[in-house]
Amino acid sequence: MRRLFLALGVSVLLSACTSAVKLDDSKVEDKTGTAVSKTGADGTGAAKTDVKPVDVGDSKKDGMAPNGPRIVYFDYDSYVIKPEFQAVIDANARHIKADKTRKVVIEGHTDERGGREYNLALGQRRSEAVRRALTLLGVPDGQLEAVSFGKEKPVAAGSDESAWSRNRRAEISYR
Amino acid sequence: MTVRIPDHFSPLRRAALLGATSLVSMPVLSQFRVEISGVGMTQLPISVAAFRGEEALAQRISAIVQADLERSGQFRAIDAAGVVIDESTRPDASAWRQKGADSLVTGSVNRLADGRFDVRFRLWDVVRGKDLGRDGYLVVQGDLRLAAHFISDAVYEKLTGEKGVFSTRIAYVTKVAKSYNLWVADADGENPRSALASPEPIISPTWSPNGSQLAYVSFESRKPVVYAHDVATGKRRLIANFKGSNSAPAWAPNGRTLAVTLSRDGGSQLFTVDANGGDVRRLSQSSGIDTEPVYSPDGSSIFFVSDRGGAPQIYKMPAAGGDAQRVTFSGNYNISPSLSPDGRWLAYISRVNGAFKLHLMDLNSGTVTALTDTAADESPSFAPNSRLIVYATQQQGREALMTTTLDGKIKARLAGQGGDIREPDWGPFPK
Repeated sequence: MRRLFLALGVSVLLSACTSAVKLDDSKVEDKTGTAVSKTGADGTGAAKTDVKPVDVGDSKKDGMAPNGPRIVYFDYDSYVIKPEFQAVIDANARHIKADKTRKVVIEGHTDERGGREYNLALGQRRSEAVRRALTLLGVPDGQLEAVSFGKEKPVAAGSDESAWSRNRRAEISYR
Repeated sequence: MTVRIPDHFSPLRRAALLGATSLVSMPVLSQFRVEISGVGMTQLPISVAAFRGEEALAQRISAIVQADLERSGQFRAIDAAGVVIDESTRPDASAWRQKGADSLVTGSVNRLADGRFDVRFRLWDVVRGKDLGRDGYLVVQGDLRLAAHFISDAVYEKLTGEKGVFSTRIAYVTKVAKSYNLWVADADGENPRSALASPEPIISPTWSPNGSQLAYVSFESRKPVVYAHDVATGKRRLIANFKGSNSAPAWAPNGRTLAVTLSRDGGSQLFTVDANGGDVRRLSQSSGIDTEPVYSPDGSSIFFVSDRGGAPQIYKMPAAGGDAQRVTFSGNYNISPSLSPDGRWLAYISRVNGAFKLHLMDLNSGTVTALTDTAADESPSFAPNSRLIVYATQQQGREALMTTTLDGKIKARLAGQGGDIREPDWGPFPK
């Protein structure tokens, strides 16, 4: 049991130091999760189809975010930022520019309809639209990263327009 | 009496013996279940007698074999009504013929003094009263299901002339509450073993050509990053972790290169990366979305999804990049291409009247068939013998994994744990 806790502890440490988002292209390197051993007491080895489980642990918390909204919502099949969300862009642009050390990840999201990978690409369009809008206001591109979660992280459950419209969004995340 | 195992081991038995070094066993995690819908036209009627000695096991060998054969769509099971016949007993052929069976599987399971299990079977042609041969496997307890799948493979190959896929593995992802797990399971969805547990989503697992690694997209660093993961050791390495999103890994058939979708230059575009890291090359140059690459079995071309024409369609281009030609023409939303290992078929998801349905294209004729009646199909993947497709769908509001024959007539729901189950990928034949 103690060994298991040790293994989990190491796993959390590993994920804590490897989950830091680098804004430059990071070079490909080895990253091995901590295997949690499940070998039986007899310890005589593994069955042919054995699979070694890996637990990557929890991801880290957000950094300093401004007060006020950080989410831009989109119409169906659209990545156009609607005029009512320009104030969200303006306020966040001011906040990011105020501190050159602030790193921001813009996370694009879609509703649940359609394929996971194609939705990932659609969500990327939304996050890149917000990134462009921020850079137009003078935010240095080096402080920004646009990524997508596709349809993987809905905030509203349900399969109707009221849920879908809340899930089609880009979140400005301070890290 | 005991039957001596012959000195000449078949390749299958040798494969089983490789793992015969331990007694590590997994608990049975889920109820055994096969649900068949639809009627096939030319199914071989077969009975699987209860194996002598199997009543002591957590799962009956004969039940696993029968379910395997039924799920393939090539066989119709004739209930053996619990009759026990071992492989050294000659059955009453006329009695089985009267029940409607053409073939009969008999067998036994014996626990040896060292804790291993000796699993044997014999296949009978009960129409002609002819012994079609026997085989046996020495396995640890954790490989008893594997032994059953080897029997299914041997019976399938003897009676259909094609290789069975029952001893292959599938990978899939579950989401339970806020936990994501990547599983490696038997081809029937049973016997799942966790390869990766994460608080963030995991999508697009795909087996390396030799079946030892899975590439996938993990959001554990709160962005999509592509990893390759050796399932036996748990050792992982980064394949693509560039600024922006990294997704949609696809192994080249030689296992040395992966195609991926990267947004590092803006938009979602196709690149290749070396399987050992580095050597990033851009493959596509479009102003739209290019994603979901998949290599043709001969490695010469890449099929992928692009909205360059205004709506997502499947295209094909040379594997080194170059001019793309459109492959799908009907409908305005065609995604998630999967090619059969024999190169004849393209499975994909097409939106029809707002419903997402699995479709199959004959690549020679271009003929397209819809295979399902469900409305949220995703992620098709071919069995290595090109005879079945596994895919994700929703049934009664729950996510499910299904297999279907290429004519859509025989579907089986794969077993799984509680929660949502998705993103299946069928592994290759063992190398």
